[in-house]
Amino acid sequence: MSFRNDPLAVVHDRDKSTLLTPALRAAIDAHAAKYPAQWRQSAVMPALTLVQDSNGGWLSRELMDEVAAYLDMPAVAVYEVASFYGMYDLAPTAAHKVCICNSISCLLNGSEDLIHHVEHRYQVKPGETTADGRFTFKEVECLGACRDAPAVLIDQTYHEKLSAETLDRLIEGLQ
Amino acid sequence: MTDMLTIEIDGRACEAAPGEMIIAVADREGISIPRFCYHKKLSIAANCRMCLVEAEQGGRPFPKPVPACATPVGPGMKVLTRSPKAIEAQQGTMEFLLINHPLDCPICDQGGECELQDVAMGYGGDQSRYTEGKRVVMDGDLGPLIATEMTRCIHCTRCVRFGAEIAGLRELGATGRGEDVRIGTFVAHTLAHELSGNIIDLCPVGALTSKPYRFTARAWELTDAPAIAPHDGVGANLQLHVRRGQVMRVHPQDNEAVNESWIADRDRFSYVGLNGADRLTEPLVKRDGAWVAVEWTEALALVAQRLKAADPATTGWLLAPNATLEEMYLAQGLARALGCANIDHRLRQRDFRGDAADPRLPWLGLPIAELPAQRSVLLIGSDIRQEQPLLAHRLRQAVLAGGSLALVNPYRLDLTHPADQLAGGPAGMLDDLAAIAKASGDAGSGALKAIIARAAPTAEHQAVADSLKSAGANGAGLILLGALAAAHPDYSLLKALAYRIATAAGCKVGYLPAAANSVGAYVAGALPQVQPGGRPADPVGLPVAEILGAPHRTLVLWGLEPAYDLGNPARAMEALAQADFVVAAGAFRCPSLESVAQVLLPIGAFAETSGTFVNGSGTWQSFQGAVAPPGAARPGWKVLRVLGNLLDLKGFEYLDTAAIRTELAALCGDARPDNRPAADFDAAPVGLGEGLIRIGNVPTYALDALVRRSPPLQRTPTMGTFGAYVNAAQAADLGLAADAAVVVSQQGAAVHTRVLIDERVPPGCVRIPAGVPGSESLGDQIAPVSIRREE
Repeated sequence: MSFRNDPLAVVHDRDKSTLLTPALRAAIDAHAAKYPAQWRQSAVMPALTLVQDSNGGWLSRELMDEVAAYLDMPAVAVYEVASFYGMYDLAPTAAHKVCICNSISCLLNGSEDLIHHVEHRYQVKPGETTADGRFTFKEVECLGACRDAPAVLIDQTYHEKLSAETLDRLIEGLQ
Repeated sequence: MTDMLTIEIDGRACEAAPGEMIIAVADREGISIPRFCYHKKLSIAANCRMCLVEAEQGGRPFPKPVPACATPVGPGMKVLTRSPKAIEAQQGTMEFLLINHPLDCPICDQGGECELQDVAMGYGGDQSRYTEGKRVVMDGDLGPLIATEMTRCIHCTRCVRFGAEIAGLRELGATGRGEDVRIGTFVAHTLAHELSGNIIDLCPVGALTSKPYRFTARAWELTDAPAIAPHDGVGANLQLHVRRGQVMRVHPQDNEAVNESWIADRDRFSYVGLNGADRLTEPLVKRDGAWVAVEWTEALALVAQRLKAADPATTGWLLAPNATLEEMYLAQGLARALGCANIDHRLRQRDFRGDAADPRLPWLGLPIAELPAQRSVLLIGSDIRQEQPLLAHRLRQAVLAGGSLALVNPYRLDLTHPADQLAGGPAGMLDDLAAIAKASGDAGSGALKAIIARAAPTAEHQAVADSLKSAGANGAGLILLGALAAAHPDYSLLKALAYRIATAAGCKVGYLPAAANSVGAYVAGALPQVQPGGRPADPVGLPVAEILGAPHRTLVLWGLEPAYDLGNPARAMEALAQADFVVAAGAFRCPSLESVAQVLLPIGAFAETSGTFVNGSGTWQSFQGAVAPPGAARPGWKVLRVLGNLLDLKGFEYLDTAAIRTELAALCGDARPDNRPAADFDAAPVGLGEGLIRIGNVPTYALDALVRRSPPLQRTPTMGTFGAYVNAAQAADLGLAADAAVVVSQQGAAVHTRVLIDERVPPGCVRIPAGVPGSESLGDQIAPVSIRREE
């Protein structure tokens, strides 16, 4: 908790070579190598991103536990990170994620209208997946694209200065 | 102190050390600053923002209020805790904290002693401007000790930091974000830590409260009484909260030299056992096989007559190691005045060949508060977290500060810090110690010579020896002997090896006190070879194993239950059944006592008697009774005093425990605890015997009669279940599957139980707990057993 001391490390009773996949372990190791050995758990965010991407866009309890074991950290510390940040999903999602920013600049430039538009047109509430399973709709905090608000993150791509029509076109294009 | 600087808080000049936080200086000066998340024993989170103050340094004001808990002092700093700007900031924080707080104080256990309530009185408005709906948080179940009402949580994270920093087990966390943040385990499970109850005290609101105490009393109905914890050898300082002659709950009292701010769950929740249904409330005499209640005069007259008539050579006195110093002193005085030197309190010890060499006043070897400063510690035969929760915490601090800890144990432990664990079974303990002795350059003498010569040190042994040596050179090396070592059939050999290693490496030797007054027992002379004040006794009596080894005796049992408190309950029950006369003084009824005793004397339990415990550091801690014993029960020292009068013994005229203590203190003179042996330990190994070896550990909540009667403690996962714990390979070897019903036979007795798989138990061994229901008819804690599948 305090940054004066090393974080609490927990040695899990699991064989690390059985956790996740060899490719994921190598990718996580590349991130963990950026930090001092006792701060290995600093790699938890990139690790969760990698694991989520390889799991079809969401994190299961079991996968979070494996990340905890792999990084020698308490499981609850991984749950804290995964439940805090909007980019991690803890339940199955559709193949695509449409994330509309609801923070101040986007709000002033009409992101609330975009949110209402999506809710009505696709009959989906923030946090839900459309009935046809095309995309998961999320309301997220500031995307850092205030200059060209309103901004929407679709999968890994930023789209800016959107209106209902331009957003619809983007959504229509999702397979 | 050097380099102190002076700062000004509210116009008052205060001395401060560089780097100290404003709030710590203010606390020392008695200037109150409101706070929720700050705690002197935990890291600084600065997340509640309640301690905002106005400050300036070198004539330049900080642009906005600063948190006093996270702002270090500097030269020329001026702090205003009550300026309009500071108060406005504090009131603003208070208003935000109350937005989502339910304000259900009338039905909240914390009401009346709540930090939020107190601070809201000082800084809160009398009306809320918040009209929207408040959030509600679903509760998790944290187990039988801690009740939760998480809607009340203000997210100070003290409980989370306690888990990470003190307990070393991070079970609670803050998941979610913003309004959705909540404190919990995320995945439902019970807290399993021996210090978990401390989060009840840490919680500034009513989110975490005591489950056994819940809804039983209000804070303003309770009166305080100081007390000393009656379980382990720490002697944690307690505050009992009493209402109408009943202990309602137990809190810690700060004492940096003993328990800091913490107490073990055992100290906190054992009081529940005081209010159990099986208290002994009147003197009972067995007539024609039936128990008859009698007056004290009649019971004591009978006891006095039988003790007087008994042959002192075949009389024995067994005292519980958590009896008070005064009880022990009077009991040994009575016994010795009657010519009987057969008195002992080392109920679970098995090997007494080292008695002549034992130090006269053994102790922990150093003050408890110095444990964290040790650079290298070797722990021999101790399930430390179970036996000594608060000392385990101190050792963890030593490891976190860069010290190293090595353990030579019969089985592996779950620890919350790095340690070198050598867990080769009871036989392996001797081999490992011999190897460490050899690695530290000791050749041994007498019987040890051959053992050490045979040893083959590995790199691991060498590392332990080297670490002890380098720490020993700086006076910071320590070797500790625990309860599992004392139960070992070759305890004298373990002690001999410990002293050889200590001498070779320049380390201290310490004994982990088995119970609250184990050190006091030596002070009071409650053992066959020691007289009060730690002087050698003459004549030397018989130790517990021999008192129970030869039948047909008159026996006095003081505060113990023979089926649970003795190292070999099967043999003890047999010896007691054959005795002519058994008188037992205790606070509880117990089937094993009722089957063997002729007279039962009700004495006061914890909180019901005044007295003294001497803790591991050798500190005498006296206490007063907080409540009256139930019914006709009387404090133990009064019973012994009257017994002394009835036997016409000189000197039994004490009016209170202080008089007894003063007399004993005078006898002690300036004798101080000292672990130097009186002679060389030398004994040939007796060995363990052939076959599968039982390791009978005493679980933390089986230590004494009181904790065994606390239902909430018995329901915790820490307690575990009774069974035969073996590793998977061993189970396969024995042809047993997990959870198979088996018959365990030991020294002629057999019990039915189940196989449980535990990889921490080494090959060739089976861990079968002692002191718990199911173990009554088994024999020695460390001895061969056989296991077969139930037909």
